[in-house]
Amino acid sequence: MQKPERGGQRMRLFGLIRKESLQILRDPSSLAIAFLMPVILLFLFGYGVSLDAKLIPVALVADAPDAQSAALFSAFGHSPYFVTHPAANLAMAEDWLLTRKVDAIVHLPSDFSAKLLSTTDQAPVQLIVNGVNANQARLIQGYISSAWQGWLQQRSQSLGQEVHQPVEMAARVWFNPELRSRDYLVPGLIAVIMTLIGALLTALVMAREWERGTLEALMVTPVRINELLLGKLIPYFVLGMGGMALSVAMALWLFDVPLRGSVWTLFLTSSVFLLAALGMGLLISVTARNQFVASLVAIITTFLPAFMLSGFIFDIGSMPDWLQVLTHVVAARYFVVILHTLFLAGDVGSVIWPNTLAMLALALVFLGASRRRIRKNLE
Amino acid sequence: MSTPPDTEPHELAFAIVAQGLCKSFGKPPKRTDAVSDVSLQVKPGQVTGLIGADAAGKTTLMRLIAGLLTPDSGSLSVLGMDVLSDPLAVQSRVGYMPQHFGLYEDLSVQENLDLYADLQGLPRPERPARYAQLLAMTKLGDFTDRLAGRLSGGMKQKLGLACTLVRPPRLLLLDEPTVGVDPVSRRELWAIVFQLVADEGMSVLLSTAYLDEAERCAQVILLHEGRVLGQGTPASFTEQLQGRVFGARREHGRRRNLQAELSATPAVLDAVIDGDQVRVLLQADTAPPGLPEVIWTAMQPRFEDAFVLRLQSLAPASQASVQTVQLSPAAPAQDDVRPASIIEVRELTRRFGAFTAVDAISFQVERGEIFGLLGANGAGKSTTFRMLCGLLPASSGQLSVAGVDLRRAAARARARIGYMSQKFALYEVLSVAQNLKFFARTYGLSRERQRTRIAWALDEFDLAAYRDSNCGLLPLGFKQRLAMACALMHEPDILFLDEPTSGVDPIERRAFWRRINQLADHGVTIMITTHFLDEAEYCDRLVIMSQGAILAEGSPKAVRAQSSSADKPNPTMEEAFIELISRPAAEAAHAKA
Repeated sequence: MQKPERGGQRMRLFGLIRKESLQILRDPSSLAIAFLMPVILLFLFGYGVSLDAKLIPVALVADAPDAQSAALFSAFGHSPYFVTHPAANLAMAEDWLLTRKVDAIVHLPSDFSAKLLSTTDQAPVQLIVNGVNANQARLIQGYISSAWQGWLQQRSQSLGQEVHQPVEMAARVWFNPELRSRDYLVPGLIAVIMTLIGALLTALVMAREWERGTLEALMVTPVRINELLLGKLIPYFVLGMGGMALSVAMALWLFDVPLRGSVWTLFLTSSVFLLAALGMGLLISVTARNQFVASLVAIITTFLPAFMLSGFIFDIGSMPDWLQVLTHVVAARYFVVILHTLFLAGDVGSVIWPNTLAMLALALVFLGASRRRIRKNLE
Repeated sequence: MSTPPDTEPHELAFAIVAQGLCKSFGKPPKRTDAVSDVSLQVKPGQVTGLIGADAAGKTTLMRLIAGLLTPDSGSLSVLGMDVLSDPLAVQSRVGYMPQHFGLYEDLSVQENLDLYADLQGLPRPERPARYAQLLAMTKLGDFTDRLAGRLSGGMKQKLGLACTLVRPPRLLLLDEPTVGVDPVSRRELWAIVFQLVADEGMSVLLSTAYLDEAERCAQVILLHEGRVLGQGTPASFTEQLQGRVFGARREHGRRRNLQAELSATPAVLDAVIDGDQVRVLLQADTAPPGLPEVIWTAMQPRFEDAFVLRLQSLAPASQASVQTVQLSPAAPAQDDVRPASIIEVRELTRRFGAFTAVDAISFQVERGEIFGLLGANGAGKSTTFRMLCGLLPASSGQLSVAGVDLRRAAARARARIGYMSQKFALYEVLSVAQNLKFFARTYGLSRERQRTRIAWALDEFDLAAYRDSNCGLLPLGFKQRLAMACALMHEPDILFLDEPTSGVDPIERRAFWRRINQLADHGVTIMITTHFLDEAEYCDRLVIMSQGAILAEGSPKAVRAQSSSADKPNPTMEEAFIELISRPAAEAAHAKA
């Protein structure tokens, strides 16, 4: 008795998987979500978005232009971070700042040279920064002060003076020595893409079966709930891993992001994460019975948190405490850490293991909840 | 038979036994009892019909039997098994075809069959024979590679049936398999069902809103508002009506005038237009009333007569109120200066990409005429309708409505037409009065006229009792009345009705047609689409469309005459329709399309 039952189960499961695969292949929209969207997002973030500030427009004003001010200004001009705009007076520069022609003003008062050449006085330099974007303002501030620090150092050396430096900082940047934000963004983005593929695809396909009435016909066959769920999970798992492979290939060969961990660890951790994302999608789709609601819920509960609460762009440590607590149910949060580690550092077990286990727990919770919620009837 | 339906003993007295079954949806106060206290028995090895109007509870009952819903109370045993305790066991022996069968439209015919063969566990060696048998039965053999989404409505329905039958079930549940299917496919579906019962000894429970299909069933269960009104053989419903059904005919005048006259006679319970005469159901033990010039002939009672009688005994009040309908005093008088025709269509064509939905059709409609547009789904009826209402521009051809060229001044023409769509475009969260007010305002009526028209509508359509109820909660028949009232707020010259009667019960249908007739008598032109072919008899003139072209045009009598042949001298409208559609000219048009 056991044997034919098993055979029936395998037959039903294969039937469902084949059906789902044929649907995927014939429906351009799911292929587009799995393969076109990663390409678009990676291009957008890989080339378009950069957290580095480069070519900052700066207005330079000297109330009494002379050799000293010209020397300082030429140092700014040579820096790769600035585009300098000499202004005739402060009012003109302020006007530029107001119309966003420049982001900062470096203002040298009329007594700048006199005080610089004297040995007792300190020479004041006024810096006005557009603070609308607080992050960028801080970056600009840093760049400008380091620019004149450098200039001062050079000047003293050329004058043959001893530079008095009691403490010297020897900074060494690990894992991303060039501080390329792309190396940091692209792996994080993969987590966002995988969330979208996993959750959006499954959320939509179940809702579609509700909408088209196909589920009602399926339910009055000997098919079991577990087979129905597996029949959805397996094809979309394969599709999701395909999207993952494409994203990783683009990261490695198009954006030159290094992969310091092993491919196997990447494969295993991605599988666990994808299960969590698929589980989330299934949970949405057994609850929402039409595609419009399902897609909205999927974007609000999976894509946006993966974007904002995963630490992909915004540091979790600087969020308010209650929000930090909330990030723990966002599976992408763990995957972002894993991906950053795997791509930039390597197989660091003490990071990989706890995060993988957390994802596994979430996957089990989501899948279990969908299994409990879905009933083989129309109530 | 290569695959016997089952290996279990056959000696069940009943395939389905239900006792005191109740099922309701929603929470009070919006609770609706879909099925209340239903007890029934379905005998094995024959076709049992579950007959009732929309919202009678047919689908809920089907889903309960299929184990998809859990009853609130009562017991239900299917094939000797308790559905509640073991739905899976029932589901592996039952074939269920939901109303909108979930075919996977991006899978081919063969792939759909394969999927259901896998799900129902049909062993692989048995498949080729079973497929061949099903494909021959459904005549889908030539289309196995075609995607299900590309099949016609009738073919989809047959494929759905084939999928349900891949592994021969012992009990087949069919939920309205013939709705929205053209008459030819309807016949084929019935032939398949009868063949299944004869060859495989299958038990079939089939629900339908078409009352004429009741006569094809061995047993009939009549369902109304969630309750069983009667159960028995079709003959048991009609035998008490022997000698009470007559055809009345008068040589001169319109049939619908005679019908109105007869309806007003006390001895007459029901009068409907049927072919060239008016079909009359008399009170028990009364002779046909003596009306001048009327020729009476005895007729066989039909299932519909029995249903109408039962419904009337349930709600005598509503019937009476319908009889005394008063028309709006503001309706246009009949002696208006008439233009030759109020709607003129010449060589009208509409293409969607490479597909020609409407192919160079021409016809004219006169003022005060009831003009029918008949055809199966996809024949081009709705496209024609939308062009006439100015909602869709024509690709080519001429089109004038109420003397206005629609290609130039669609908005001006629209002010003179009323349109009632198939889905009743009402705001479900607004009350009846709010809906009326909204439509009165959108038509730009003055405050004074808004008031008089709303009062007229509440009175004319018996809606006063529902004035402040949300129209989403109204019974279907009242929704239909409200939709019609809204379409008439601005007293249009032309009323467009798109399948207005689908799903409403026969009493509501009669009341509806009575109103339509009165409107037409007052000079309003009525343009109507329907798939109830017997309703075509109410039209003064009609066209039959197929594949975007007109197959026949004229009075119902003329259309029927066009298809009369030696072996069928007096075809019904349905027989005429099938004959016309299967003629070589139509076949050629099919092949071209």
